[in-house]
Amino acid sequence: MSRLARTRLVAVTVLLAGLGGLLVAALAEQPAPDAPPPPSAKLSTSVVVHERHATNVVAGVTFDLRSLDTLGEELILFAAAGGVSLLLRGQRKEQEAAQARERADARRQELPAAVRATAAILVGPLLVFGAYIVSHGQLTPGGGFQGGVIIAAVLLLAYAGGQMLAAGGLDPTKLLEALHALGAAAFALVGLAGLIFGGVALVNVVALGVSGQLLSTGTILILEVVVGIEVAAAIALIFSELLDQALLRGS
Amino acid sequence: MLAYVVAVWLLVVGIVGIVTSRHLVHLVLCITVTQSSTYVLLLAVGFRENGTGRAPIFADLPPGTPVVDPIVQALTLTDVVVEATVTALLLALTVQVAKRFGTVDPDELGALRG
Repeated sequence: MSRLARTRLVAVTVLLAGLGGLLVAALAEQPAPDAPPPPSAKLSTSVVVHERHATNVVAGVTFDLRSLDTLGEELILFAAAGGVSLLLRGQRKEQEAAQARERADARRQELPAAVRATAAILVGPLLVFGAYIVSHGQLTPGGGFQGGVIIAAVLLLAYAGGQMLAAGGLDPTKLLEALHALGAAAFALVGLAGLIFGGVALVNVVALGVSGQLLSTGTILILEVVVGIEVAAAIALIFSELLDQALLRGS
Repeated sequence: MLAYVVAVWLLVVGIVGIVTSRHLVHLVLCITVTQSSTYVLLLAVGFRENGTGRAPIFADLPPGTPVVDPIVQALTLTDVVVEATVTALLLALTVQVAKRFGTVDPDELGALRG
């Protein structure tokens, strides 16, 4: 171990000991486990259930009471996916990438048929499952973020199964980029609709419907679908950029 | 109480991993371990012991049933998303570092090069 590393380890040990002391002191300040919950917990639950008609309170908090935060969160995802594309695409020559992809396509045909068949079989059911998780987020556990990641995984499975969208003359990256931008823009537009029709940005201006039914909770459902599209596209975009790097390196 | 101890343990283990890391990918994963301590902490803050709080899903609960704090659960959701994006961005930076400097050992990247 070099001298630098040893000095660093000693410094960190001292600092972590100090941090540990502070954390233990903080634990002593925690309310007792049987203390009543904070008023915010009760209030948010009753507002979401009675005034927003959502049965999944977490989704109600995320997409209604804290929807402005969720807009920021979605923009973080948007910026990160854009940043990954910028960082990884900047240095790669398009032609090289296209060649590497072609070689990889050829190699993928050599994948065992069982692997490709399993991937192809799973595409349909998982897509339905992802759509179910996205669209039922206001009723039961799930929502746009969770379902979006499942749909992104479906896109990867489609790739592994050899059913690339590119075969149909569509460039999947361009499509993903368009969906990615669309998802972010749609969230902002829903916010704008609240501003125009309700006087407050992101206020729930759509009919709330009957609690417990699929088409209920107004903008909560709309925002879940929008976020589902955004997350699926952004995660798939990040996957495909990192995958391209692996392909370039492997060739 | 145990949950708080787990959160502190994850935080400390993650930081030790970051400091002693010899590979940037390992370092990025240690950051995710460190951040996962915040999930445990947030969920522990909202949890009600002795079974007095159900999951905040009223699809099959009568209204008015005591539930755990939904706000910290929503915060945890935000936390997970942010961690995923930060990890993706850091891994992309790692790819660039490997290309440009030919090494992914943080100690060898110490000096600034123009």
